[in-house]
Amino acid sequence: MTTQSIRKITLLVTILLAVILFGICKGSVKIPFFELFSDLNRQILHLRFLRVLLGIFVGAGLSVCGVTLQAILRNPLAEPYLLGTSGGAGLGAVLAIILGLSSVYLPLAAFCGALLSIVLVYNLARQGGKIPVQSLILSGVIVAIALSGIIVFLISISGNQALHGMMWWLLGSLQIYDLKLIFLVGGIVIFGVSLIFILAQDLNAISIGEEEATHLGIEIETIKKILFLVTALITGALVSISGMIGFIGLIIPHMMRFVVGPNHKVLIPASFLAGAAFLVLCDTLARSLIPPVEIPIGVITSLVGAPIFIILLKKGQKVK
Amino acid sequence: MDVLLKVDKLFGGYDKENVLDDITFDIKKGEFLGIIGPNGSGKSTLLRLMSRVLHPRKGRMLFEGKEISTLKLRELCKRVAFVPQDTQINFSFSVWEIVLMGRIPHLGRLQLETKKDFTIAENSLSLTTSLELKNRKIDQLSAGERQRVIIAKALTQEPILLLLDEPTSHLDIGYQIQILDLLRRLNHERKLTVVIVLHDLNLASEYCNRLILLNEGRIFKEGTPEEVLTYQNIETIYKTTVVVNKNPISSKPYITLVSGERLCQQN
Repeated sequence: MTTQSIRKITLLVTILLAVILFGICKGSVKIPFFELFSDLNRQILHLRFLRVLLGIFVGAGLSVCGVTLQAILRNPLAEPYLLGTSGGAGLGAVLAIILGLSSVYLPLAAFCGALLSIVLVYNLARQGGKIPVQSLILSGVIVAIALSGIIVFLISISGNQALHGMMWWLLGSLQIYDLKLIFLVGGIVIFGVSLIFILAQDLNAISIGEEEATHLGIEIETIKKILFLVTALITGALVSISGMIGFIGLIIPHMMRFVVGPNHKVLIPASFLAGAAFLVLCDTLARSLIPPVEIPIGVITSLVGAPIFIILLKKGQKVK
Repeated sequence: MDVLLKVDKLFGGYDKENVLDDITFDIKKGEFLGIIGPNGSGKSTLLRLMSRVLHPRKGRMLFEGKEISTLKLRELCKRVAFVPQDTQINFSFSVWEIVLMGRIPHLGRLQLETKKDFTIAENSLSLTTSLELKNRKIDQLSAGERQRVIIAKALTQEPILLLLDEPTSHLDIGYQIQILDLLRRLNHERKLTVVIVLHDLNLASEYCNRLILLNEGRIFKEGTPEEVLTYQNIETIYKTTVVVNKNPISSKPYITLVSGERLCQQN
């Protein structure tokens, strides 16, 4: 890592710390900074802290998944939400709830759903060994829509009362309903991101091309399988706790490629930090813009992400 | 000369179709071997089998006496490097980052490059006269510059065998000669064994010590340019009329194309 990238990473750490502080202070109940730590406000502080923590996991995890998918598919538009991976995870989680499984099994069920949908989309998009940019996104979005439809259907016919309140699943939320789950999910994200970081150099080679990576001694099929599994694992875990939050895996990697360049040894930590900061910020806005109403966080990320998606799509067409 | 890679009764191809039929030949240490033949004759397939992108259906390939499929891919890539026709890179890596990727087979995951790796990468850049491109972005280079950088990356692997798949077909004649001169220099000075697929028969004649002419997945003829590039061979395989003279400078065979219209007028 060059001194320049170290400086940029340090800056990102500082930004993240500032955003965390902002997220803890701001909310529907305004608390002056110094009173925040008094005994009176301990409850609120605890809740907000957990919520910020969850924001860090979700933002960082989804961003790193976006980086990974973009590299292995060599497609700038790939990210878990647009590829239907989040949708598959959502369906898995909803099914698990309907079947009455304990919450610790939610990430597992979501992982299975995510994996199935990623394999489905990959094979749908494949045309003679190649995956054209548009075809991948088209298959992904269609699978995502179909899966959302099934989720809505299941929620509406289910007799499970708890589930009726869970329409938020479709838009994402960082509301905390299960403490155990946060730490389980956090552990999965840390594990997954570390594994992806170990494969940073492989991702560099793969982003040039699969044959090129083979010529550099990388067992491409094995590495690709590992990376799809890990991406599905992280996405599954995150969706099972926060629902489907879109576009963050698109916004952050592109911003960071612009800032630190495409080298994954720097890009992965940078996206981790920036994704965490971005989502904590979005969530803080979501709960403090029009109190006491909470705007679903997926709405905010979509509003930012959709224009970026269109710009990237146009840019891609120009190259062709 | 010692045999570096022995290809023995090789059959191979893609999913359904078999492209290569019973190919047997040796690559000798230090030679400059050209593989020529019409479109679809199996040139690229043969090269991809040798670099293990494809797996053979039948037959053996022995690299320094060892069956290639039993070698670890990483070990093989420390000895064999590959240069494709053209590399489209969608991500804007710097030239320096691309060239350093040539060290991947030599380094463990998470292992940082040492001074030695940097020196090797720098040498490759200066060998390919692309040192001044070091800080440029790969997606901003011209096709010729990019190909030089890709060759520099291949050299950074420190191979003893370099496989090239039509590396000059997207380049103008200036760059073509520049790249092939570079390969010849590496072949002479570093004893690098070069196996190159070429479309241009005159370039193949000029630069290669030995040629393999493929047709419909089989070896049609193997030998020196003088033996392989006769008008009879070319007319049989390419189904077109040519005149073969000598290049006045190098006295290698020189192929002149004859258009169909002229041929009618002559007759």
